[in-house]
Amino acid sequence: MAVDIIVCAKQVPDPEGPPSSFEVNEAERRVTARGIPPVINPFDENALETAIRIKEATGAAITLLSLGKGLSRAVILKAVAAGADSSLLVEDDAFDAALLDSFTTAHLLAGAISKAGPYDLILCGRQAADTNAGMVGLILAQFLGVPAITLAQKVEVSEGRVVVERVLPDGYEVVEAPLPALVTVSGEVGDLRYPSLQAIKAAKGFPQTALGRADLDLNLPALARLETVALAIPSRERRCALVEGDTLQEAGRKLALLLRQEKVL
Amino acid sequence: MTQPKGIYVLAEINDSQNPTSLTLELLGLGKKLASDMGTTLGAVILGSDITAAAQSVSRCGTDEVLVLDDPVLGTYDPEVFCEVLGGLLKSRLPLILLSGHTSMGQDLLPRLACELEAALVTDCVGLRAEGGEILFTRPVYGGNALATQKARTETVMATVRARVGDAPAAAETAGVVTRVQAAPVAASRLEFKGREVMVFKECPLEEAPVVVSGGRGIGGEEGFAQLRELAGLLGGAVGASRPPVDSGWAPTTCQVGITGKVVAPDIYVAVALSGSTQHLSGMGESGKIVAVNKDPDAYIFKVSDYGVVGDWKQVIPAFTTALREIIQE
Ligand SMILES: Cc1cc2nc3c(=O)[nH]c(=O)nc-3n(C[C@H](O)[C@H](O)[C@H](O)COP(=O)(O)OP(=O)(O)OC[C@H]3O[C@@H](n4cnc5c(N)ncnc54)[C@H](O)[C@@H]3O)c2cc1C
Ligand SMILES: Nc1ncnc2c1ncn2[C@@H]1O[C@H](COP(=O)(O)O)[C@@H](O)[C@H]1O
Repeated sequence: MAVDIIVCAKQVPDPEGPPSSFEVNEAERRVTARGIPPVINPFDENALETAIRIKEATGAAITLLSLGKGLSRAVILKAVAAGADSSLLVEDDAFDAALLDSFTTAHLLAGAISKAGPYDLILCGRQAADTNAGMVGLILAQFLGVPAITLAQKVEVSEGRVVVERVLPDGYEVVEAPLPALVTVSGEVGDLRYPSLQAIKAAKGFPQTALGRADLDLNLPALARLETVALAIPSRERRCALVEGDTLQEAGRKLALLLRQEKVL
Repeated sequence: MTQPKGIYVLAEINDSQNPTSLTLELLGLGKKLASDMGTTLGAVILGSDITAAAQSVSRCGTDEVLVLDDPVLGTYDPEVFCEVLGGLLKSRLPLILLSGHTSMGQDLLPRLACELEAALVTDCVGLRAEGGEILFTRPVYGGNALATQKARTETVMATVRARVGDAPAAAETAGVVTRVQAAPVAASRLEFKGREVMVFKECPLEEAPVVVSGGRGIGGEEGFAQLRELAGLLGGAVGASRPPVDSGWAPTTCQVGITGKVVAPDIYVAVALSGSTQHLSGMGESGKIVAVNKDPDAYIFKVSDYGVVGDWKQVIPAFTTALREIIQE
């Protein structure tokens, strides 16, 4: 049985970028990425990979859903080409990641999903690399009234149910829910496959739906439950005493002696 | 709904029926916030056969402990827990509900926040009362910035990291223990089909006084065996950045960082890892940080107290041998 899957994929500044590329504007309470490209949030890539595996196993139609301001078309295209069938872009200047809290984002995604038609499974990442919150998936499920399972390392669909291996601190558990359901995906799933150049070309012709603020008709300011009152650069730099020696072996020995001498050990 | 009142801690207990160390930290933190805000501290505890645990929580500075003791609460099912806890909290709406940023806290609180129409702040690394409001601090952008947030709702919930609060001093009088009858719950839509857990003999990472962590530059499992030897010598545990875990050189439980464990040992030895913000987020509060990396420009040196620039394969064996000699003296 082929299922309809929605993968919620957020665009974020590449989290692997060096600390210097994240410029913290304390006055405007926003982080501006300098010199690093936007990417699909890594856990959302894991979610997309999960969807593609379900598609290979049992058949699925995959819609990539992304909400934001100034979404990069190249990033969307590459993700769609990896194995999705269509995209749903929800875009507006007001959907600036710095301005939305998790509840507002979940309301907007729920609104977009209700416009998109029926679905069987929604996949989210376990958390976004910018907010670091891990909330939107669960809240979205509550708003839509569907069961939610978090932290999947494996997802299978069969006979109207989703079967999930859910990561625990010391292992995993197997949890099932009836469809429609929402699952948040963890990194254990594995990396998203690379699309071929041919696939990227072909994906240009795939159906794309665009929604704006007016289509969702939500009173944004009234939805927020949190307010960011300050943003700061964490202070964690220390003065490092570098230990040298004629050989690295000697440096290693001297390091042990120094730690002893300074009563660190 | 009733007028919100009091600070509550969602208590978690360990196998020996005692509150976890994180729960104790939350109770200490809650106590301080309660006195700053002139309100009371309560705890909520859910489980099956938890009389002893509830007693021990009541001796940790709480005014009141609400106990939901029911066989259906023996194992965690988010739908059941959310319904039972939501039912209770609707009649005793707290100003603040604190939970650990644990496996359960992360899974349950977003659901509960929807149920109670409350705000939620996850992964807090700081909380303080100011002008009658609570300000929450949390890392964003993988730890490249720290955001301070406040709620626009009357009730606010938070999941808090380890080592943000201090365990309370033993209280002279115990709080009132109130057993609450769990309202009958609707059937959960989730079905639990079993679990696979691993048993670890090593010292738990979060409690180790010394952590020796390896990164991508370790190159394989054999390298981690060497780190284990060093950690053993120092009575510590082995950690890792994410790449070694992804590559299967180290178990998942070893991962330190924003999506792994948060540790703050007296000494953190970082070997062949670059010091990404996501990793630093999990160990930046360590007492002393020692780095070994072949790249003199690696960011880890900027956040370390001691360092050696060079190939770990040469540095670490000599370091280990010298330490063994020192210890034997
Ligand atoms: C959302 C998200 C969450 C994440 N969560 C975490 C997390 O919880 N924990 C975490 O650690 N990462 C996390 N990451 C990954 C993180 O961004 C980095 O990719 C990762 O921490 C890098 O690991 P590393 O330092 O071991 O590898 P690298 O950055 O590749 O560094 C390897 C280092 O080893 C050095 N080296 C190589 N060979 C040798 C040698 N022979 N001797 C000495 N030095 C050598 C190199 O000079 C280099 O500095 C997360 C990423 C994302 C996007
Ligand atoms: N703007 C967005 N567009 C699409 N999906 C999103 C967006 N924001 C959050 N999500 C989804 O929700 C997950 C959790 O986000 P967060 O709660 O912010 O950590 C992400 O991994 C995405 O799957």
